[in-house]
Amino acid sequence: MSVLLEVRDLKKYFKTHRGLLHAVDGVSFSLDKGKTLGIVGESGCGKSTLGRVILHLLELTGGEILFDGQDITNVKGRELKEHRKIMQMIFQDPFSSINPRMTVSSIIGEPLKNYNACKDKREYDARVKSLMDTVGLAERVEQSYPHELDGGRRQRVGIARAIALNPKFLVCDEPVSALDVSIQAQILNLMQDLQKERGLTCIFITHNLSVVKHVSNDICVMYLGVLIEKSSTKELFAKQYHPYTQALLSAILQPKLNKTKNRIIIKGELTSPINVGPGCRFAPRCLYACDECRNTTPELKEISPNHFAACHFPRCE
Amino acid sequence: MVGLYLLVFLILVAICAPIIAPYDYDDQNQEKAFKFPNREFWFGTDNFGRDILSRMIYGSRVSLQVGLISVGFSALVGCTLGVIAAFYRKCDNLVMRVVDGFASIPYLLLAIAIAAALGSGINNLMLAVGISTIPAYARVTRAAVLTVKETEYVEAARSIGTNNFRIIIRHIMPNSLAPIIIQATLGVGNAILIASCLSFLGLGIQPPSPEWGAMLSGGRIYIRDYWHMTVIPGVALMLVVYALNILGDGLRDALDPRLK
Amino acid sequence: MHEKVLEIKKLVVRYDTDYEKVEAVNNISLEIAKKETMGLVGETGAGKTTTALAIMRLVPSPPGKVISGEIYFEGADLLKISEKEMRKIRGGKISMIFQDPMTALNPVLPVGEQIMEVIRLHDKGSKAEATKKTTKMLELVGINSERHNEYPHQFSGGMKQRVVIAIALACNPSLLIADEPTTALDVTIQAQVLGMMNSLKDEFDTSIILITHDLGVVAEVCDHVAIMYAGEIIETGTIKEIFENKKHPYTIGLFNSIPDLDTEEDRLQAISGLMPDPANLPKGCKFHPRCPKCTAECKHRVPQNTEVAPEHFVKCLLYKGTEAAK
Repeated sequence: MSVLLEVRDLKKYFKTHRGLLHAVDGVSFSLDKGKTLGIVGESGCGKSTLGRVILHLLELTGGEILFDGQDITNVKGRELKEHRKIMQMIFQDPFSSINPRMTVSSIIGEPLKNYNACKDKREYDARVKSLMDTVGLAERVEQSYPHELDGGRRQRVGIARAIALNPKFLVCDEPVSALDVSIQAQILNLMQDLQKERGLTCIFITHNLSVVKHVSNDICVMYLGVLIEKSSTKELFAKQYHPYTQALLSAILQPKLNKTKNRIIIKGELTSPINVGPGCRFAPRCLYACDECRNTTPELKEISPNHFAACHFPRCE
Repeated sequence: MVGLYLLVFLILVAICAPIIAPYDYDDQNQEKAFKFPNREFWFGTDNFGRDILSRMIYGSRVSLQVGLISVGFSALVGCTLGVIAAFYRKCDNLVMRVVDGFASIPYLLLAIAIAAALGSGINNLMLAVGISTIPAYARVTRAAVLTVKETEYVEAARSIGTNNFRIIIRHIMPNSLAPIIIQATLGVGNAILIASCLSFLGLGIQPPSPEWGAMLSGGRIYIRDYWHMTVIPGVALMLVVYALNILGDGLRDALDPRLK
Repeated sequence: MHEKVLEIKKLVVRYDTDYEKVEAVNNISLEIAKKETMGLVGETGAGKTTTALAIMRLVPSPPGKVISGEIYFEGADLLKISEKEMRKIRGGKISMIFQDPMTALNPVLPVGEQIMEVIRLHDKGSKAEATKKTTKMLELVGINSERHNEYPHQFSGGMKQRVVIAIALACNPSLLIADEPTTALDVTIQAQVLGMMNSLKDEFDTSIILITHDLGVVAEVCDHVAIMYAGEIIETGTIKEIFENKKHPYTIGLFNSIPDLDTEEDRLQAISGLMPDPANLPKGCKFHPRCPKCTAECKHRVPQNTEVAPEHFVKCLLYKGTEAAK
């Protein structure tokens, strides 16, 4: 298994008038070719920021990014443009991620135009048609505008645009969260098919644990900018070490009766990511927090084979 | 559509002026002065006995030219400045403070100062009017671009390798046009009025060249007894502004694919 | 136990725009019993929010119009009483909480004042009594009562939604309509808020209509379920019946679309096609273009309500003539 993406101690801070906002604070992981890594967390955990920093849509504050062995931390200009061919993104909101004044075919064909990927108009038209076919868009919507399509079809347009240049790596930022349940299933199936056919490596960012279990090989759990637990999907759903992960999984509402679980209700609210001090970020809300938790920041340690957690007192549930 | 037809009609009138005007615009005839609209002079005559209809027709050339070209110039420069300020945030402060400097001077005084410096004549008039209205376009464009710049589709465009120029032309400008169009159509009427003030002061259009604004102000002193000298150019001006407003609304709607 | 709080009979709501007539709600009938939580489930465009607005008589008109039907509440037809009487009911006897807590609160008024506003509108007591009640409500929803002077922006999403719930329950309504109350909230906060709603329901004896597209939420808090599709209620029954004995192909498809945490699935069984355009609904059964079990009859005959088990009704031709023996 060769490693396609490696992220080391990635940091992204934003300057606000109230102080420094630690959106992503020292995240490290590696991703093998052909696999899908799920990044889960709730709002404010920094998962979307992480995705954008990896794709250089936001400038990082610290750390390194290695792609296929090459250090791409500081790529700029023409080199960055070349890299964009192989690293693409699927956005969350199908209503705002495509230009309302462009037709479907221009949206899908824009990446082809940017890189002069086609010799002539005939090849361009053929490629656009083929992409539409791959994502399941009927030919008759070629000249339609986004507002004429529903959420599911708009998201297909976004997917077609992302795979137009045959990328190797995709960051999917909550690609199905804004869609109806029956459409979600269609899009998830489509994405799985595409990944298998094209051997794509993916990062799947979401807050929906049922979806992430279905699509990912490995999962990273984030809380307030920090990676607090990391392991394979199977392992994580069977056994969690970090209290937050345990609470998160216990909070999942399944469409089944007789699921009398003891729901772990986390008290309190998310603390501020601005001017964060030392100590575990989850300590203010953790049932088991003690002084050591509040004073010393826990490191991400391997608790059992290939299962990491950032907790001073990991306990198995 | 009404706006478009009206505008086209006015442009045709302006172009065909020598053919359709019954008299020359400076044909003076003191005996026939101050006549109300009658069969000989459809719009009546002014204080020098000149046919108002002919002066209106020839005047349309000047007014339309001044209105459209000065707004065009103003919009072009203003929008460019607005885009630069909004897109390249490092220049924002510098550009907008310069614009604010211009905006702090009442635009009429600014136009007068520029016209006085450049001298009389229609070209200098258009330049003066154009420069004095740049701040409005810069501000409106900057606000619109700032909003559109933060949308996800612009972020998506960057992620697929679109360069800055294409992002501005293909994504940002088409989605920022609406407020600029409205500003421009209202601006034409404004421009004509500024031009008339300048002509009244002796800058810009020199008499006996006809110009609606100048005709308006020229007829002011006679308004009590010979109101037709003021009202007729006034109504014409109103119709032009009205036509352009409707045209502007229609254009904005026509360019919005969501309304198709 | 089976005393009815609300009864909707054959409600039809339409939106008439310049271009088209949108049939939002087509002939639905529904009963809510006292102290019951009814889940109204459906996807975008199914007509759930329009139904809720119709009960509150808040359907934007124009272009919306209640074409026909009756909604009985405490003996009166809500669609026929005067606006003055309806205002007394809104907030007092029937409350509604909307989906987005970010925009449901007035940003320039402190939260305590917003709760007091609804109390003073419906209860005749003094200001001191209202203040006491406000404090009590804040404590009840788990907010420190000292925060009553703070503004909405000083609260997080979950807290804002609690304030909204406090406002809705302040006057002890008989019926609460909650339109996707936890959709905009994080999973862990959702658990908190739903737990709170459950305990409040017991305390206040309130019936709840919970509008949602999330079947997990339904499993957690509802007693009865009604599934809506294209403006019609296509299946309704107790939660046990619907979850363990579902009949309508759409209901089955909906459950199958959700990834199961307990089993490994290679592909999800998606429902093919899209929701029909409400301005251009198909003839016959509205679901037939997407139904894997569609027959020739389904294309032109509209299915009627069939009782397949006690209190379990389905609108599907597959079950025609299979009424459960009473």
